Amino acid sequence: MATKTLRQISLDGLWFNNPALVQLLGLCPLLAVTGSVVNALGLGLATMLVLVGSNISVSLIRNHVSDAVRLPAFVMIIASFVTVTELVMQAFTYELYEVLGIFIPLIVTNCAILGRADAFACKNPILPSAIDGFMMALGFTLVLIVLGAMREVLGQGVIFSDMQLLFGPQAAGWKVELVKDYPDFLFAILPPGAFVAMGLIIAIKNIIDERLKARAEAQKAPVEAGSKRVRVTGKIT
Amino acid sequence: MLTLSSPHTHGSNSTSKVMLTVILATLPGLLVTTLLFGYGTFINVLLAVATAMATEALVLKLRQRPLGFFLKDNTAALTGVLLGLALPPLAPWWITVLATSFAIVFAKQLYGGIGNNPFNPAMVGYALVLVSFPLHMTTTWAVPMAVDNSAVPGLLDSVAVIFAGASPDAFSGATPLDAYKHMIDSQTSSEVLKNPIFSGWLNGGWEWVNLAYLAGGLVLLWRKIISWHIPVAMLVGLSLCSLLFGWDEDMYAPLSLQLLSGATMLGAFFIATDPVSAATTPRGKLIYGAGIGILLYVIRAHGAYPDAVAFAVLLMNFAAPFIDAYTQPRTYGHKAARRGLIAKSEK
Repeated sequence: MATKTLRQISLDGLWFNNPALVQLLGLCPLLAVTGSVVNALGLGLATMLVLVGSNISVSLIRNHVSDAVRLPAFVMIIASFVTVTELVMQAFTYELYEVLGIFIPLIVTNCAILGRADAFACKNPILPSAIDGFMMALGFTLVLIVLGAMREVLGQGVIFSDMQLLFGPQAAGWKVELVKDYPDFLFAILPPGAFVAMGLIIAIKNIIDERLKARAEAQKAPVEAGSKRVRVTGKIT
Repeated sequence: MLTLSSPHTHGSNSTSKVMLTVILATLPGLLVTTLLFGYGTFINVLLAVATAMATEALVLKLRQRPLGFFLKDNTAALTGVLLGLALPPLAPWWITVLATSFAIVFAKQLYGGIGNNPFNPAMVGYALVLVSFPLHMTTTWAVPMAVDNSAVPGLLDSVAVIFAGASPDAFSGATPLDAYKHMIDSQTSSEVLKNPIFSGWLNGGWEWVNLAYLAGGLVLLWRKIISWHIPVAMLVGLSLCSLLFGWDEDMYAPLSLQLLSGATMLGAFFIATDPVSAATTPRGKLIYGAGIGILLYVIRAHGAYPDAVAFAVLLMNFAAPFIDAYTQPRTYGHKAARRGLIAKSEK
């Protein structure tokens, strides 16, 4: 495996191999809890804690665990970090923990985490693995936040509501009411709205990627020299 | 002069003409609704058609498809008409606009436009607003003249309620299906039927609307725009279920109410028969129609919603390709019909 630079690893996690937009992993929590920004951010941070911890640990033991038993070992590590995260959330953000409910323990089954352990961390040293875990989780979290913001705005006409669940009492006033007397648009709050919003985000990413590709090719194209033959039919070559 | 070989006659039906005929066949229903319930539905239809044409044009432009060619086929207009007829007469304007634009953009154009939508666009739009705005979708049904003559909104009243956000309370009431469903929990059938909304021949106005849609549907049958299979199977399925399982009028709405209230006839002749999202083989159409009838009964009797045409149609839309695969008729020249997955793998 060709070693990647840290810059490449970061760009992969944030954009080109984004776990939510490209690998389409971890969709269950992604679609289930992104009803608001605070939920999305809470789940994203929890996932980040687990992913960075598991990537570092897996990287540490990568030369000591045989291939045959590596997956059970990885799952054990991930489960331990999820338990830690769960306890931390219970201690510091208990209300948010209650809101997110089953989706915190379910981080264990988030394929993005096991995927990074098996595809990256067990083949790379500690620093690249840690950066990979952090950037992948950051990419995941950013998608969660965008999705949460879209659904919160469309669903309830507000944004940044209940931020005190995560940032303490001083964040209670962060809520911005964008539209007065907004009738709750339940579709955006319910799971089908998450699917549609997710599809739109992926579509936007694909458009941006196509534009980037077209621009890169336009810059690469050699300047043609000489005269052109003009045909009556077909294209000018 | 070109000399063409026979046959020289050709059918005069085009998509545009068929859709226009369907739109014209809804006019009796629209007329009766407007006469009995006021101008709300009329305004809704105009608003929905305008929205449908505008969003269709917008997406066609984005997709770089020829505008005139596709706008002239009248399918977007028909989606708008059906949605306008299906929505509550006094629904605020943004519900109509949202439902119609979602129907055209998400249910039709994103799947590839005319002929490619697996789901009935009008019903997708309807289900969207029904699920999203339960309050607005249940409190904005107009009451007919037979119930309360003074409560029928005039043109200005309708405009004020729909566009200016005036309260619809003075003009609105529960639909018969809704009222029956809720009142039968604590009362007997004869007590429920004393309620003013059941004061007309059957249910004070809704039965005339349904009969008008039935008349329009018969015109479609006569013009051979639709075949008899889906409407007949749907009405038979609904009736059989109602007679077999819902015969106790003290628990469930009676058959007369099932057939001539809510969106039954509009659904049977105009919505379930959508040529794109329905089953296409003759036997498939019978199964498809019967499925809608059965689901309609089940959801009306046991579900949370008083009426269920949109959900029944959408659920059977899911099943239509499957039904088609297993009901292929025998092709002329073949010994047996090729059905199901085997037929697909042999191709």
